[in-house]
Amino acid sequence: MKIFTEPKYIYYSSLILFICILLGLTIHTIVVLHQPEHLNNLTPQIIQGKLVWEENNCIGCHTLLGEGAYFAPELGNVYKRRGGDNGGVYFIKAWLKSMPTNIPGRRQMPQFNLTEDELNALIAFLKWTSEINTSSWPPSEKG
Amino acid sequence: MLYSSQRIAKPYFIAAITLFTIQVLFGLSMGMQYVEISIPLISFDTARLIHISLLIIWILFGFMGAIHYIIPEESERELYYPKQAIQLFWIFLSLVIVTFFAYLLLPYATLAKITGNQFFPTMGREYLEQPTIIKLGIFAILCAFTYNMTMTVLHGRKTVINLLLLTGIAGSTIVFIFAFYNSSNLVIAKYYKWWLIHFWLEGTWELIMEAILAYIIFKITGDREIVEKWLYVMVAVTLTTSILGIGHHYYWIGMPEYWQWIGTIFSIFEMLPFFFMVLFVFNVVNCTKCRSSNRALKLWALSTPIMAFLGAGVLGFLHTLAPVNYYSHGTQITSAHGHLAFYSTYVMIVLTMISYAMPLLRNTVTDKIGQRFEILAFWIMTISMFCMALFTVIAGIMQVYIQRTTDINLPFIEIQNSMNILYWLREISGIIFMFGVIIYIISFFVAEIKKT
Repeated sequence: MKIFTEPKYIYYSSLILFICILLGLTIHTIVVLHQPEHLNNLTPQIIQGKLVWEENNCIGCHTLLGEGAYFAPELGNVYKRRGGDNGGVYFIKAWLKSMPTNIPGRRQMPQFNLTEDELNALIAFLKWTSEINTSSWPPSEKG
Repeated sequence: MLYSSQRIAKPYFIAAITLFTIQVLFGLSMGMQYVEISIPLISFDTARLIHISLLIIWILFGFMGAIHYIIPEESERELYYPKQAIQLFWIFLSLVIVTFFAYLLLPYATLAKITGNQFFPTMGREYLEQPTIIKLGIFAILCAFTYNMTMTVLHGRKTVINLLLLTGIAGSTIVFIFAFYNSSNLVIAKYYKWWLIHFWLEGTWELIMEAILAYIIFKITGDREIVEKWLYVMVAVTLTTSILGIGHHYYWIGMPEYWQWIGTIFSIFEMLPFFFMVLFVFNVVNCTKCRSSNRALKLWALSTPIMAFLGAGVLGFLHTLAPVNYYSHGTQITSAHGHLAFYSTYVMIVLTMISYAMPLLRNTVTDKIGQRFEILAFWIMTISMFCMALFTVIAGIMQVYIQRTTDINLPFIEIQNSMNILYWLREISGIIFMFGVIIYIISFFVAEIKKT
């Protein structure tokens, strides 16, 4: 059978095979992602927080789950790092409000003038993000 | 040069080199902020926004120039819509200029508000920062460009090279649709974002790169049969490894854990296409018949695969395996890999194509002085980029060691400050790179234009 020996056909069939595997895994991944309770637990506030995150170009300096710029700290786990349910909210809020610190020799974060609503939404989003199952990444709480 | 519509390549190349220069300048301003915080002329996030957007856009310009040059020649006919092709160039360039000044002059949040991002949020994701309306514009331009090229090839001769270029641009256009999908669930949004970024950079763009490289080698050796044979091998390996190689982006962002296995296994083989590219160009070294008078072109064509193998292949491989990536993900190591990989694959292939096509477009083929400048620029840029990546890798290793493996409880910013010397060295390498770019630009002005 020519079909099994021609390199061209081996190439095409392996290509189709890999695409099928990718599509299969995609379906599985999306189904799995809908199962854990917290991933579905998207409140309007968290969705608004994601928008605040995006519209202020936070990944221009920070990483979120390791993706973004490497100029400023990782924020995927910032909620837990800054005290979690015991104070994480207050810390992040105070931090955002006190920017820029204008300490010489230190990288500066701009003042974004977020409203109280936007601040709460952003923190809700960061809290939700810190609960994503990242296979225990980052290796250290420092990010 | 055989067809008059190939001339459209020239404005594309000029725009590409100009945007490249601006991109490097913004890179330097970011490097300054890593070491000398007191003089920020422009905030870091804006500079980075422009730095990485321009990178993608100028390489796209370079590719479009190269494709406008290659397709008529390979299809043995003029472009199907030559007038529209040049109009498209001006539309694309104005779009880029408007976006550039919008980024530069407006706060990002204001830009998002003006363009109505809250009604259809697509902004604020790495590489996908463009306002939705600009994304639509880019998509329309890609569609029009693909349509013109497809019509040209359909009505002309079909070769492996031009069919592969078509696959590359059509594929890029199709996956760009994912730019418009941004799930409100961060994990799902990240999942599909990589379908665009990964399949461009490690899929369709790699195909375009291989086709351009094959075209150049064919032009040097004149042996189409060997070139096509190698092209088949390289494309087959690229596609079969990169499709599931996407798994290496899914390790730590909330996906099921089997992606660690899939990503690791397929990433090992993602080095192969670059390995084959190296073998492929060494056919040319051994070719005794081919004496190209353009020494600069030969240098670019031979070094591109070697550097790509180092930067994209080896440096990528070193931190792509899941157990290693667990420590290196999201550190300066990623940045180092990004810089060297982009330079050695896409920057170098576009400059290779310019080195081939520009003398023909400008009638400077016999020029020796310009080539000497170009060769000097090649060495300065390549070596300084290599040094930049090296210093960044060292900074990354230090960052991983202090921040992620020891109990030293220093905040992020203190750890970064302790690596100041490396950031200085990186910035100096960047400044030297900028000198390379200037010499590269000079090489066009000193070239002797032969009057016909």
